[in-house]
Amino acid sequence: MTDLLIHLVLIICMPPLMLGIIGKTKAAFAGRVGAPYLQPYFDLFKLLRKGSVFSSTTTWIFRAGPIITLAATITAALLIPLGNHPSPISFAGDMILFAYLFGLARFFTMAAALDTGSSFEGMGAAREATFSCLVEPTLFFALIVLCRISGSLSLSTMLTHSLVNIWFSAGASLVLLVAGLFIILLAENCRIPFDDPNTHLELTMIHEVMVLDHSGPAFGYILYGAAMKLFILGAFFIHIALPFKTGDHLLDWGIFIISMVALAITIGIVESIMARLRLVRIPQLLVAASILTAFSMLLILR
Amino acid sequence: MTDFPGRIFYNGEAFPLAEIPLLPLDEFLQAVIDATDFGWRISSLFGDKSNSGTALYCVLSYKIDGMMGIIRSTAKDTFPSITALVPQAHLFEREIAEQWGVAPEGHPWFKPLRFHRALKPGAEAWGRSQQTEILPGVIDFYQVTGEEIHEVAVGPVHAGIIEPGHFRFQCHGEHVYHLEISLGYQHRGVEAALVGGPHSKTLYQMETVAGDTTVGHTQAYSMIIEALSGCRPPAKGEVIRGIALELERLANHTGDLGAIAGDIGYLPTSSFCGRIRGDFLNMTALLCGSRFGRGLIRPGGTGFDLGLPQMDDLRGRLAAARKDLTSAVDLLWSTQSVMARLEGTGAVSLEDSNRLGLVGPAARACGATRDVRQDHPFGIFRMSQIPTVSSQSGDVFARTLLRWLEAERSLEFVEEQLSQLPGGSCRHEVGPLAGEQVAVAMTEGWRGEICHVAITDQSGRFARYKIVDPSFHNWPGLAMAMRDQQISDFPLCNKSFNLSYCGFDL
Repeated sequence: MTDLLIHLVLIICMPPLMLGIIGKTKAAFAGRVGAPYLQPYFDLFKLLRKGSVFSSTTTWIFRAGPIITLAATITAALLIPLGNHPSPISFAGDMILFAYLFGLARFFTMAAALDTGSSFEGMGAAREATFSCLVEPTLFFALIVLCRISGSLSLSTMLTHSLVNIWFSAGASLVLLVAGLFIILLAENCRIPFDDPNTHLELTMIHEVMVLDHSGPAFGYILYGAAMKLFILGAFFIHIALPFKTGDHLLDWGIFIISMVALAITIGIVESIMARLRLVRIPQLLVAASILTAFSMLLILR
Repeated sequence: MTDFPGRIFYNGEAFPLAEIPLLPLDEFLQAVIDATDFGWRISSLFGDKSNSGTALYCVLSYKIDGMMGIIRSTAKDTFPSITALVPQAHLFEREIAEQWGVAPEGHPWFKPLRFHRALKPGAEAWGRSQQTEILPGVIDFYQVTGEEIHEVAVGPVHAGIIEPGHFRFQCHGEHVYHLEISLGYQHRGVEAALVGGPHSKTLYQMETVAGDTTVGHTQAYSMIIEALSGCRPPAKGEVIRGIALELERLANHTGDLGAIAGDIGYLPTSSFCGRIRGDFLNMTALLCGSRFGRGLIRPGGTGFDLGLPQMDDLRGRLAAARKDLTSAVDLLWSTQSVMARLEGTGAVSLEDSNRLGLVGPAARACGATRDVRQDHPFGIFRMSQIPTVSSQSGDVFARTLLRWLEAERSLEFVEEQLSQLPGGSCRHEVGPLAGEQVAVAMTEGWRGEICHVAITDQSGRFARYKIVDPSFHNWPGLAMAMRDQQISDFPLCNKSFNLSYCGFDL
């Protein structure tokens, strides 16, 4: 019961903090003080208090987009185990639901973007569709590897299965897996080098350009959903990259939170020392991620 | 070319209007074509009212021996367009049509430029009625048609805090076939307001022709006034002006380096350069109390003197800024991902650059060695020269590298000038302006060649004052750089040119 409560509290409260930590890390590299850690929360509350403006050319799809996206993301958050604790909902094959909840969220974000009829948002949707096609194989190769290792089709068993021994017995496979997953973690969450969440240049953005027409609470849902997606995929990544488990409930929660903070700092560092890729180069890197995880799978199946 | 049929002169000279040969229209145009074929470039081509139609003037410059030439002619209702032969005349011809209602016949791209009524009442080159309002951006944009071709319209309201301008892309997916740029949103009627001057406001209008090029434009204006009144500014005034011009270049180049880094999401250089730009602006403020050099350059010299304590302060700040800038910019060259992003993006060939008549860093990045400070020296640059630098590849990387190389030269120049500042006063009194004269002044602002031409009436008032901001030459260069590029690279290309909207719109 406590575990369930902690799971829910973390899922609801922690995602914006990740963005705050990334922001602080980037500010430190730039020699600035940076916005407070809690700034993303302030931004969300500000947006929730605002009114919304809807273009007269949009339909119900535009209004439904942010809500369905957030709902799908929250559902996915209930399927992912955090730390050493099983997820609130789990069943055999939930990994497929997990993968396609994000697919559903993406579909409605793109549909809402196309609904506006704006040429920028159409471009953004086209980019998102292209890149997500390339991300999907990586995710499924990763899931197959984990299935094979744990012998289970449920995320809870797959991810809380003790991976420490596997790191010793099949380290090469897991290194490839972690590399591939880190690339899609950055790509899926629109971080540098794939997308720059801070520029507001309509011609270069991917995710941000699709949500240009949203305002007020709806835009708040989108930002919150994006933060939660980063948190969920980050937790997925942490399970494989840092599989330290003690068996003590509270200690495991502590380790999980510290690992997530470390991940946020790592993302901040990557964003600080790299420039964005040219848009035409992004598919190449995503295909590379697929190949890495494909080889990881081959090594496990061997 | 010794048989140039016009009045030959040097930068910053005034001479009687009557000395400019009045050529028949066809000889005038032929002279422009011949001169540009020979390597001269059009610094200014403009119209003026005249008793028998519209007077046309063309100021040409030749870098080899610093010569400049001016010719004039008269056109009735139309004149044959030479844009197809001399692409650098493209915008000038559209401007003449818009200001004086004289249409260039056979112009391949005949559209309004700034969307305003002609300076000559009732004149109209496009047959628009006098009752309907002229709205900026209302033109037939060039269109590419075909399967899967789409059009993207950006602006005039942009996502960032920049000036308004409209950009129309013809794309196939991410690939850009063509970019058309339509400006005019900032048109204030500067040239019309200057007629009858100098007024009490004229100097302030000059300072805001392009707010980030205050020193460049006021320097050119002061040279005009000095030439027309026969005043020679004292050596100390010239040195302070030179220092101010280079500080302006340093501040803007630093800001651009930071903005380019920001556009590619490279944080450290972006943040540091933003701060160092402020340091350079503060150095200008140390000279005159204004970060943008307002009130510093005055006809006859400078409005502020430079004292010993200020010089020491300035030297200390320069050394600190040089150190910071060097380390911030070195990060760019040593980061693989930055270089991968900059290299090969938005390249313009030297041939295209010469044909379009690009100036300043945009031209020098293509390998041209065109620099007014070197080719047509003015002020302190007649005594101490700044070596002209150029880079070769013509892409965003070349424009970025060039800014850094120029910043280095400017730092050396300012430090050298501070160590040998002449004594004496910094300003001489300016007398009344001579009547029926023409004066031409060119300076190298941080964006490139600035050309001012003044024609005075019998009483020494401006009958016509023509300003050509470097952006006027360079906007077509940006459109050319975007050909066959990715649309997502546009903000980066745009930043690497960083052209002025208000300097173009006047």
